[in-house]
Amino acid sequence: MKVVGLSGSKVGSKTRTAMDYTIKALIEQYPDIEVTLIDLAEYDVQFSDGRDYREYEGDTKYVAEMIMDADAIIIGTPIFQASIPATLKNIFDLLPEKAFRDKVVSMLVTAGSPKHYLIAEQQLKPILSYMKAQVVQTYVFMEEKDFYRKEIVNDDIIFRIQRLVEDTVVLSETYTNIRKAKEEQYGF
Amino acid sequence: MGEIKNNNSTGMELGIYTLGDYLLPRGNEKTMTEYQRIKDMVNMAKIAEDVGLDVFGVGESHQERFVASTPQTILAHIAGVTNKIKLISASTVLSTLDPVRVYEDFSTLDLLSDGRAEIVAGRGSRYGAYQLFGYDLNDFDELFEEKFELLLQLNDEQPITWNGKFRPALNSVQIYPKPLNGKLPIWRAVGQHFASAIQAGKMGVPMNLAALYGASSVFEKRVTAYRNAAQESGHDPKKLPIGVATMMYIDKDSQTAFKDYYAYLNNTFSQLRGVDFPKEQYRQATNIKNSIMVGSPQQIVEKILYQHELFGHQRFIVQMDHGNIPYKKVVEMIEMFATEVVPAIRKATRQ
Repeated sequence: MKVVGLSGSKVGSKTRTAMDYTIKALIEQYPDIEVTLIDLAEYDVQFSDGRDYREYEGDTKYVAEMIMDADAIIIGTPIFQASIPATLKNIFDLLPEKAFRDKVVSMLVTAGSPKHYLIAEQQLKPILSYMKAQVVQTYVFMEEKDFYRKEIVNDDIIFRIQRLVEDTVVLSETYTNIRKAKEEQYGF
Repeated sequence: MGEIKNNNSTGMELGIYTLGDYLLPRGNEKTMTEYQRIKDMVNMAKIAEDVGLDVFGVGESHQERFVASTPQTILAHIAGVTNKIKLISASTVLSTLDPVRVYEDFSTLDLLSDGRAEIVAGRGSRYGAYQLFGYDLNDFDELFEEKFELLLQLNDEQPITWNGKFRPALNSVQIYPKPLNGKLPIWRAVGQHFASAIQAGKMGVPMNLAALYGASSVFEKRVTAYRNAAQESGHDPKKLPIGVATMMYIDKDSQTAFKDYYAYLNNTFSQLRGVDFPKEQYRQATNIKNSIMVGSPQQIVEKILYQHELFGHQRFIVQMDHGNIPYKKVVEMIEMFATEVVPAIRKATRQ
């Protein structure tokens, strides 16, 4: 099983901090899983121009192919201007229409306002559904007060991250098994 | 517009086409060389003629694992080793070519083949050709529409005076040579874009429609949009032929066909589009109303006739050599198609 952690912003530190906690929890809870963290702040990804994702070059090609190759994706995103960052939306735009078919996707959100849980509900989830992801319905929503100097200071958040990791892996394994059982019946 | 006769007396035109793909080998498949692939394609054309098919097509691609970057060159050779079969591009990536050159190439092909050449002009579905020839993908629609109009104009009136954005102007110019009968049949390749079908209708040009998978009735909507647009623009839809292009896998035993084909179909999709073909969609291919042409000859006949009820199309061409289907199997399928499918379709569609 391959998991990609996608830290969706070039700005700020909270999402990356939360992603580091998440990846650490994943490695601790599931040492056999192959996990890669992609922090978009560290990559030079170009804007989507509509071509096949494999026809890009450099970082763009790497990021797109890593995501397409994953069984599960944990997306971390801040909320900017009452929306997901353009860097994250661009990743979706780079990929094929049904890119997340047979993939489980879960979310962590860092925001400056508690009302911005609506962005996860009304912007991010519909995109993931359109791209055919099996979405882990429960996400981890974090605010500025949950962080202090690049550390998470709210135990509840840490527990929720551990549960998010577990939900992501269990759901991914479950769907893999369901799919396998279904496909065995097809006979081709 | 080149004359494309409605073939009511002989029934639907049937043929095969190839994109010349030779994908990465899987399992114990052998690596195909470009040389062998192109020789196989030529042999397929000869076999297609020998078994009495009406059309042979070669589609243009500019990328790794495709041998057919210049269909007109391959077709010119085939012209010399065949006598009757129509030779079409399926399709030409007109958007990245010079229409004047395309006209010259296909007029030459037409003379070499005693008037058997046809152009199916499309936009291409991949980025490679645009990058290779220095075109901007942002001009996707504009490039095609301008070049297609120029190509049609070249076919209709010479000397030509023309002015556009993507090639130098033409001032009262004659292009040589001319096709054998003065004009080339030119079709518009239509894929997923509804607007493209409507545009084909508005222009009153024949439509070559790709109908690869999904419910056949979905494509009927595109056909209806095409005919309505033609009617509204003052063209008689009855005089405008429609060609349908798809992939096919055929075996005496329907279960064997269904079982064996998935790997080839999925290979084509995963290597060419970067996404697998969903198994739950493929399993629905056993339904007669599903457009994936897989099954026994009898099932294929039923599927084609079902589509004919929906579309009333005049031509049907299939790609059999895709996803690394072994050449021996391809030859068997061409023969089975010609002997067990084609006669039934011709008989049923003759008026």
